[in-house]
Amino acid sequence: MADMHALVRLMREVEDQLASCMRCGMCQSVCPLYAATGREADVARGKLALLDGLLREMFDRPDSVRERLDRCLLCGSCQAGCPSGVRVMDIFIKARAILAGFSGLSFSQKMIFKGMLAHPALFDQLTFWSSRFQKLLTRPINEMLGTSCARVMSPLIGDRHFKPLADRPFHHEVPFLDTPAGRSGRKVAFFVGCLLDKIFPKVAGDVVTVLEKAGVGQLIPQGQACCGIPALSAGDTQTFQKLLRHNLERFPVDDFDYLVTACATCTSTIRKLWPLMAEKEDTSTRRRVARIAEKTLDISQFLVDEHLLTDVPSVGRASKPTEVTYHDPCHLKKSLGVSAQPRTVLNAIEGIRFVEMEGADQCCGMGGSFNIKYYEISREIGERKRKAIQASRCSVVATSCPACMMQISDVLSRGGDPIRVRHVVELLAERWKDNDNYPSAH
Amino acid sequence: MVHAAIVKQLKDLVGSQNVFDNKADRVTYAYDAAVLEPQLPAVVVRPENSEVLGRVVALCNREGLPLTVRGAGTNLSGGAIPQQGGVVLLTNGLNRILEINSEDMYAVVQPGVITAQLAAAVEAKGLFYPPDPGSQAVSTLGGNVAENAGGLRGLKYGVTADYVMGLRFYDVEGNLIKTGSRTVKCATGYNLKALMIGSEGTLGVLDEITLKLIPPPRARKSMLAVFDQMERASQTVAAIIAHHIVPATLEFLDNFTIRAVEDFSHAGLPVEAAAILLVEVDGHPGQVAEEGEQVEAILKQMGAKDIQVARDDAQRDRIWAARRSALSALAKLKPTVVLEDATVPRSKIPAMVHALQGIARRFDLAIGTFGHAGDGNLHPTILTDKRDKGEWQRVEAAIEAIFDEALALGGTLSGEHGTGLAKAGFLKKETGQGAILLSRRIKSALDPNRILNPGKIIGD
Ligand SMILES: Cc1cc2nc3c(=O)[nH]c(=O)nc-3n(C[C@H](O)[C@H](O)[C@H](O)COP(=O)(O)OP(=O)(O)OC[C@H]3O[C@@H](n4cnc5c(N)ncnc54)[C@H](O)[C@@H]3O)c2cc1C
Ligand code: SF4
Ligand code: SF4
Repeated sequence: MADMHALVRLMREVEDQLASCMRCGMCQSVCPLYAATGREADVARGKLALLDGLLREMFDRPDSVRERLDRCLLCGSCQAGCPSGVRVMDIFIKARAILAGFSGLSFSQKMIFKGMLAHPALFDQLTFWSSRFQKLLTRPINEMLGTSCARVMSPLIGDRHFKPLADRPFHHEVPFLDTPAGRSGRKVAFFVGCLLDKIFPKVAGDVVTVLEKAGVGQLIPQGQACCGIPALSAGDTQTFQKLLRHNLERFPVDDFDYLVTACATCTSTIRKLWPLMAEKEDTSTRRRVARIAEKTLDISQFLVDEHLLTDVPSVGRASKPTEVTYHDPCHLKKSLGVSAQPRTVLNAIEGIRFVEMEGADQCCGMGGSFNIKYYEISREIGERKRKAIQASRCSVVATSCPACMMQISDVLSRGGDPIRVRHVVELLAERWKDNDNYPSAH
Repeated sequence: MVHAAIVKQLKDLVGSQNVFDNKADRVTYAYDAAVLEPQLPAVVVRPENSEVLGRVVALCNREGLPLTVRGAGTNLSGGAIPQQGGVVLLTNGLNRILEINSEDMYAVVQPGVITAQLAAAVEAKGLFYPPDPGSQAVSTLGGNVAENAGGLRGLKYGVTADYVMGLRFYDVEGNLIKTGSRTVKCATGYNLKALMIGSEGTLGVLDEITLKLIPPPRARKSMLAVFDQMERASQTVAAIIAHHIVPATLEFLDNFTIRAVEDFSHAGLPVEAAAILLVEVDGHPGQVAEEGEQVEAILKQMGAKDIQVARDDAQRDRIWAARRSALSALAKLKPTVVLEDATVPRSKIPAMVHALQGIARRFDLAIGTFGHAGDGNLHPTILTDKRDKGEWQRVEAAIEAIFDEALALGGTLSGEHGTGLAKAGFLKKETGQGAILLSRRIKSALDPNRILNPGKIIGD
């Protein structure tokens, strides 16, 4: 391990941002992790104080700080509510990168990021073969939610009720697509993302359907990679940069009006973290990243802001409306301020009665790898979400992020609740598809 | 330094998951919201029940360990900053609302209950707990009592002290002391309750708090008035009170703050205005209608350039959003924010505001002033960067000048944030040496080993 002075020099990069935290403590009221543990090291103020301590060379080894910094959902609730406007997420991401660069990644992190994620084609193959094998090791547990659990004790899975890898990933169904702008006059690139591709291919298919029905031209390039957030949040900037470059090549920014995703995490990563981390790239790369970021929208946001929802067919049959509630993914609401549009979509679907739940924007506790490392706390936070969903008395909970879908499915499945978890886009696609089968009244 | 043996005893008392002695954890309990140097405690403990709380206090006393209680750590005068090498005692393991009694209108809470959570629980039962410090979303009731916290409604409804009916606290030896009661009136014994309120953890450790609740006002009306002269705005405050109208809130923003809020929230505030007053009257619908009209008339008469009266809740929210975002808007301008709370008699507000403008010029500092005009409690907010050594010296000088000015006008060093470490050195200026000596005698009688939050209020 190199010396602490070197680390301090690197940390200067975030020093100015750190100084803007006035230690008011207001982040305590919104941090889901603090609500579960009550430990100051878990809330933004404590973490920022720790980083400040590193800068002041209060520690002779950075490990204990790194450990506490890693214990975070990166949900951005603290940043969204911070009176001082501290850019907490930027600081955490950069500091994680600096600390990981300094004391290195763990063996398993190296395996996962450098060995797999950094090589999209290999990653695709590996997950494809895993999906063949997983049936031997797991058994379905909740048909409605489509969750499974481990057949034999496994340290990674534990007693989770997880969504298994899909039999066929989306990129096998639709390896490539390039259609001209239709009657909407718009053409979008669809950034699929790992979770949609490998676990929720149906949702990805529904995005295609919805865009088709809305008369939007689509570009789905072959061999797109992960958005990079898992690597970045573990501090592996190298893998992140590699993925970024790989994606930049696949998505020629001049060829589409918008880049849409159906994953809140991908949207926020592309919009905010790509430009943040591209700061050190050459000018032309930076410019391309900035342009892609500007063009990136969540699917509901795209449909609503571009007024493409007008064609949602109404229901021909008299039926009792399905009551649907909505969970705000942190990466959509807190990071990007997008919360009205998904609700607008739900409200536009006839046959659905939208019901607001208490604390709709409270984090579900997933937080990517946080769920793997700190499953117990993650579950505790998820339990709060489950109670709120139950209290809404809805039979469906919709959201806009596949990671949230996994976490919510887990908590509902364990609780044995008869509540379906759906992506907003699925409900919309079904309405449209349904309408093909049942001619509407008008 | 704390011996390993003591850490072990603490672990036996509260469970090892509730004792933090790793340096990284201790670093996160070294500060509060005041702009002061952090001090690293030796160990942090979190008792989860009342009995254990008392035993931790007794243990610290026996071992002569400095003990600082910490609620949410939002204190602005350094009261929750521990002694270097001492113990921090967290109250967030003691966070149960024990009772809300609708018949007799009181609530009993543990000290770690979050202010806003009690307010919401009480509201759900159709009652009202008025004290609403700006930090209420995180501050604890223990911290509120220990600081005698106030809030936006102080003018009409008073501060925390006005709602404390009874207390249970541990003295330094770990004896449980009961003071006050659940009755509206109580004249039994010394008024130990009054001694504990505002004592900032220097005389005992609060364990249970009985708070008075009141019926909520049935109606309210808010308005915003724009003035192009500072004098006019502050005279208006006096005029409203002189008409024997006591608004629930009567708040003030100066030009600097107005511009900051407007830049930040684009709420459509008049950036040219010298000052804005925000007034809310509440109570019985008939009374509210009448007083609302009276206030509006006074505002006009005093030359308000523009008056907006909220017709519904949405408009009311919009009016209050300006006030609520004042601190955030200012805080975003510079890294370091020094939020003072010098308070003057209401009639002296024009003089105080004038003096503050002079101080900003004299020390070449950015100072935004907003606050509770109705009760004379202003928040001059100095914006700076602590790392700029030269400027920081000017800030310190300006703070002293602000205190001097407030005292000269017959005011006080702190309307609500407490004395803590930040103002301990200035206390003599306000109270005189006699009060400090008497306070020290009380302190040494109650805390002979001087372990309870040493250095706060009356110095060492
Ligand atoms: C953004 C912001 C806005 C604020 N607005 C206001 C406002 O409008 N009005 C106002 O009055 N204050 C305000 N404050 C100051 C602060 O919030 C109050 O002083 C509050 O009462 C502190 O509560 P706390 O739980 O954070 O206590 P802490 O900061 O943790 O502690 C405060 C003091 O109380 C002592 N203490 C805490 N619990 C106990 C206990 N159980 N027994 C004995 N001593 C105890 C501590 O030792 C310390 O001395 C504000 C602060 C911030 C950061
Ligand atoms: S809310 Fe913002 S300024 Fe306040 S302590 Fe948290 S991060 Fe710091
Ligand atoms: S990102 Fe979320 S979990 Fe992490 S400190 Fe902020 S609010 Fe807490």
